[in-house]
Amino acid sequence: MPGPMRMSISKVNFYYGQKQILFDVSMGIADKRVTALIGPSGCGKSTLLRTLNRMHETVHSSRLEGEILLDQQNILAQDVTALRRRVGMVFQRPNPFPKSIFENVAYGPRVNGFKGSIGDIVEKSLRNAALWEEVKDHLHKSAYELSGGQQQRLCIARALAVDPEVLLLDEPCSALDPISTAKIEELLVDLKNLTTVAIVTHNMQQAARVSDFTAFLLTGQLIEFNPTPQLFTTPGDPRTEAYITGRFG
Amino acid sequence: MNARLRWRKLVSNFMLTMTGVCAFVCVSVLFLILGYLLFNGGTSVNWNFFTKLPAPVGEVGGGMANAIVGSAKLLLAASLFGVPVGFLGGIYLAEFSGTAVASVVRYAADLLNGVPSIVIGIFAYSLVVLPFKHFSTFAGAFALGLMMIPITLRSTEEFLGAVPRMLREGAMALGASKWKTISTVIVPAAYRGILTAILLALARVAGETAPLLFTAFGNRFWSNGWNNPTASLPVMIFTYAVSPYEDWHRQAWAAGLVLLGLILIINILARTILSRGIAVPRG
Repeated sequence: MPGPMRMSISKVNFYYGQKQILFDVSMGIADKRVTALIGPSGCGKSTLLRTLNRMHETVHSSRLEGEILLDQQNILAQDVTALRRRVGMVFQRPNPFPKSIFENVAYGPRVNGFKGSIGDIVEKSLRNAALWEEVKDHLHKSAYELSGGQQQRLCIARALAVDPEVLLLDEPCSALDPISTAKIEELLVDLKNLTTVAIVTHNMQQAARVSDFTAFLLTGQLIEFNPTPQLFTTPGDPRTEAYITGRFG
Repeated sequence: MNARLRWRKLVSNFMLTMTGVCAFVCVSVLFLILGYLLFNGGTSVNWNFFTKLPAPVGEVGGGMANAIVGSAKLLLAASLFGVPVGFLGGIYLAEFSGTAVASVVRYAADLLNGVPSIVIGIFAYSLVVLPFKHFSTFAGAFALGLMMIPITLRSTEEFLGAVPRMLREGAMALGASKWKTISTVIVPAAYRGILTAILLALARVAGETAPLLFTAFGNRFWSNGWNNPTASLPVMIFTYAVSPYEDWHRQAWAAGLVLLGLILIINILARTILSRGIAVPRG
């Protein structure tokens, strides 16, 4: 696999209670690239993504075996809030806080004790999320007055404001209309200049359009992990081919 | 139309009518009480009522200024004691406790809520009045505060629990600690509901008489500080209503009207708070 890895996942097994969700998954997240996780519903792709900033720990009875490294250091041994500051996350449905647009973006830097100009960091983050031009004149309005697509870009700006090393996106477009989706996809391609991106999507075309590497999961197992053009044109596993040609899932 | 179908329609219409009648009874009881209070006490609610001390027996006029101020003091001190305990306990219940502890605390709170107010009064009497050897505003506020705890606790828990999970995750994903997440996102998202519940708890205890009878006791004059017996509207109503004097009866009606007005204002305030500010969309 070309290029340096920002994160590496090795031999991860994951359980909710007695139920095993992930089986012996090993892969990497390439630095300053977009890595997509695809697969049918319930294949464990979102679960795998949520282990990368230990968001799975919010659910009791979850158990993780294996090793996940960020910059060669085991994330499971680190302080979880410090880890989440370095590995940000954008969720399936836009989840702005019940605050103004400005306060939403300023939230991350504030809770992390940022000293300096909050205004500058808010503007920079909104520009990086391609939202600045649309909201610059009403930063103090409620975030809920924005459209769904704008809210999701606000959530991306909010995540970028703490300058994360890795940004995880969990089906960020599944609740959005096609035009908003197109805007976010454009944005994702630009984002890899700033940070390392991992995205879960159930939309194969989206994975093909935005990602450099794609991992295909099926019933908790990693079937194939390859550069995106290769995975979509010459899949190495018959199951991958069956999935991307729409024969199941 | 056969007989069976006719019978069914009859039952259906009858039940429909009954639900309507019962709903009407429920509403009309409130208006009946309000009308009765207005009729009997309306004429006695005047400027003197709010500014003057009770007149001695035999003299016409006077007011209940000391009871109004006394009630306000009692409610203020009760909130200062009951609201923080209930609020923080509710946060613990919603955010930190395991399911086993939560169910025990929840059950205990529901039981405390069901304890008759007279029993709360006796408890406050033996705990605060007896050791200090006199009745006081503090003792009355302690009793009322105790009654506010379970209401505040349960509603805080409920409103925090209703905050969407995704807001919690959003804050945690930004590196906010659990307490930061709660204090800067979860509580602000739920504050309108919680505040409304606190106001309703206040309205509920504002009319309590039994726990005040042997704690705050009563006073025909201005209460001297917080550590002395004080008059309050509910106890004043009780004392005046059972007295043999016609004029006192009118004053009792007036006090009832003022008390009901106070509770009405608190309710309207609560509803106003609920309907403004940034609400978290549901679902």
